[in-house]
Amino acid sequence: MIEVSNVTKSYGGSDVVRGVTSSLPASGVTSIIGPNGAGKSTFLSMISRLLPMSSGQVTVDGMDILTADGDAMAKKLSILRQDNHLTARLTVRDLVAFGRYPHSKGRPTSDDLAHVERSISYLGLADLTHRFLDELSGGQRQRAFIAMVLCQDTKYVLLDEPLNNLDMKHAVAMMQLFRRAADELSKSVVLVLHDINFASCYSDLIIAMRDGQLIRQGTPAEIVTGANIHEIFDLEARVETVDGRSIVHFYL
Amino acid sequence: MGNDTKRIWTPALALTLLAGLACLSVALFMTVGVKGNWGFILPFRGLKIATMALVGYAIAVSTVLFHTITGNRILTPSIMGFDALFILIQTSIAFFFGATFLTGLPPSGLFLVQTAAMTVFAGLLFSWLFRGGVRELHLMLLSGIIFGLLFRSLSSFLRRVIDPDEFLILQDTLFASFNRANPELLSVAATLVLLVSLAAWRMRNVFDVMALGRETAINLGVNHRRMVTLTLAMVTILVSVSTALVGPVTFFGLLVANLAYMLVPSHRHILILPGAAFLAITCLVGGQLFLERVLAYDSALSIVIEFAGGIVFIMMIVMRGAR
Amino acid sequence: MKYFVLACLCVVALGVLSLFVGVSDVTPMTLLDPATSAHAFEMLMVSRVPRTLALVLAGAALAVAGLIMQMLVRNRFVEPSTAGTVESASLGLLVVMLLAPGLPVILKMLVAAAFALAGTAVFLGILRRVPLRSEFIVPLIGLMLGGVIEAGTNFVAFRHDLLQSLNAYMIGDFSAILRGRYELLWISFGLTCVAYVAADRFTVAGLGQDFTTNLGLDYRKVMAFGMVIVSLVTATVVVTCGVIPFLGLVVPNIIRLVIGDNLRRTLPWVALLGAALVISCDILARLVIAPYEIPIGTIMGVIGSGLFLYFLLRRRGYGE
Repeated sequence: MIEVSNVTKSYGGSDVVRGVTSSLPASGVTSIIGPNGAGKSTFLSMISRLLPMSSGQVTVDGMDILTADGDAMAKKLSILRQDNHLTARLTVRDLVAFGRYPHSKGRPTSDDLAHVERSISYLGLADLTHRFLDELSGGQRQRAFIAMVLCQDTKYVLLDEPLNNLDMKHAVAMMQLFRRAADELSKSVVLVLHDINFASCYSDLIIAMRDGQLIRQGTPAEIVTGANIHEIFDLEARVETVDGRSIVHFYL
Repeated sequence: MGNDTKRIWTPALALTLLAGLACLSVALFMTVGVKGNWGFILPFRGLKIATMALVGYAIAVSTVLFHTITGNRILTPSIMGFDALFILIQTSIAFFFGATFLTGLPPSGLFLVQTAAMTVFAGLLFSWLFRGGVRELHLMLLSGIIFGLLFRSLSSFLRRVIDPDEFLILQDTLFASFNRANPELLSVAATLVLLVSLAAWRMRNVFDVMALGRETAINLGVNHRRMVTLTLAMVTILVSVSTALVGPVTFFGLLVANLAYMLVPSHRHILILPGAAFLAITCLVGGQLFLERVLAYDSALSIVIEFAGGIVFIMMIVMRGAR
Repeated sequence: MKYFVLACLCVVALGVLSLFVGVSDVTPMTLLDPATSAHAFEMLMVSRVPRTLALVLAGAALAVAGLIMQMLVRNRFVEPSTAGTVESASLGLLVVMLLAPGLPVILKMLVAAAFALAGTAVFLGILRRVPLRSEFIVPLIGLMLGGVIEAGTNFVAFRHDLLQSLNAYMIGDFSAILRGRYELLWISFGLTCVAYVAADRFTVAGLGQDFTTNLGLDYRKVMAFGMVIVSLVTATVVVTCGVIPFLGLVVPNIIRLVIGDNLRRTLPWVALLGAALVISCDILARLVIAPYEIPIGTIMGVIGSGLFLYFLLRRRGYGE
């Protein structure tokens, strides 16, 4: 369980995230939604120790995120931000293998190598393993980074807009992969998503943010309603139920 | 596509060739134009070679490590004004304590004091400057260059203010060159470099992770802040060593580090660092040999490096912009 | 206007102060005392007055040259010493020293100016090939180009054993200014006046090529005209008193903070502050280790790079 209590981040007097309290389950898929500038990425960065908070506390399975040993945390929680640039020229395989660093410290065992191969094949990168990252398309590179994070094999996997750069087919495959990780390996996958319908169809829990505050938290059925969409995004939309899932139509 | 060529040009082959080149240039430097007494020539040239090798190694390793922690391949310690800062610290110590005090100290003790002061000041200044990572690379580059100019102007200001006679004494004790190597200083410097290298060896795998960037490194469990501080300290010591031995050589690190990235087909520091060091030794010793023996110019090597390095630097900026 | 007159009076006061600072005994008292007045007056006219005039002329002209360059290149951080202009002028001087050491000083200056113009043209040529994503790239390239030209110059000078005499030009110093050795600077004064007359053209060119063409001006001509002025000013100053780094950068930036960017209004202020800064630095240079002097180039190196850093890092909220 990730417990977030009263977390705030302010820059020069203005709060980007203000007094967020929540708890993220120890397994399942959680989606964070909200308009641009709602503070979603800042929030994700704070609960994953990339960014220290101005006030408040985050604990992961009882360990304080800021004081816990970085190495132990890396075996429990992994994070991938958007826009990953590298100066080093790495192959896909090199990058994915780095996911095992918290476990192997640069000396991979055969077990580590098996993990690497499995992640690569999960993300359909088998044909690209020896290609350099700078030779890949944006979507392929995004999948390579996600493979690295999955290879880290942590209980909690936090991803900031993982569907960026992915085409429809790969986006669906990616969401199915997260679903399987949650169901079969009982991992907790936390995503920042822009596409509300992906959030609605694949999540167990949705957290809605606006103006730095958490304004709704609940199951897709509870959150994805016309009234809520209007409140969160300031947008008129019709919500219909298709095969038991709430689908939002924006084009009214 | 290029898979076949990649397989032939392995890191092992690259390192072997580079090591061979370094050995060749050292051997040539020791033997070319020797007339007569080996007993005199061997220690004389040996000292010179040892200085050059140590300086080349220090510059190469410090530049690559600096690139790793700053996440780019253009910023180098000397472009950021590290060696100018060292000269400023040397001059300030001389200015505030006076030449008579300084000449009483053994050179090695003085050097250690300078290095310690340098580590503290560089640490403070650059952790302030790099706070929050290198976001605007060009601003960092420009500020670094201007900091370098500021340090240089301050040192020459202090040098003017010091009594000219006193300054001459200082110049003798403080400033060395390839041609005036100091055996005692060399041994202290070598010890420091050895210690830093041992630390770097222990951290070799962490460096690979650091090269992935701050966020990825934290995600993989690296204590990023601590590593940056440690690495910056190591870089500072190495820069102090090379500057104390031969003075500032602004673009040399940029040249050898980027050549090493091109020639050694790997992202692993355990391979790139030795590659860069071999290249540095080859360039310094070979370049000095070429200038001394073929063109018969004595100490123009740093001018040539400045010239070529500046051109490469402009090209790198132009090409970066074009991408 | 009221403030401008006040500022002028301040510069005059600095100038008067500068007349009476130095090793030999020139004070209002010695000038009035019949026993010493002849000698003191001689000193005043041969050394102090020329020196003070040289300071005013060089300071004003360099600051204005920097301002023009910043308008034309459209970058706040450009000036002759961050664009390869100064280093090219020195290269020109070296070439004169090697090929025609006996040339009269005005011809030396013209050769240096031609080199400065060529160097600036190379700089502008490189800029045209770089997508200018960041305003910091421009001075970065200029400084590096300057470094390369300087390294080349040093190498040639080193080969011909001229490094010493070249270094005399590289660090600004007014201590050798005497009657008969500074008059070249009146040329740069004339150029400063020309720049004032053409100020509107430079302001327009600073708004960009399309804008300039739209207003019926020939962009290339304005550009070339401005660069010729900058090169001539740089060459005269370098030939007479050596390099005074960053003056043309810090002065316009200080003025810009206060009154903005319209040349017609700012140019006189820039000239005035340039003169004031150079006189102050030179007085400082004469006082710090009196009876010796520190070259003004060294003092301006410290003050100039310090202020340059301030302008660079100010907006980033550093130091808060």
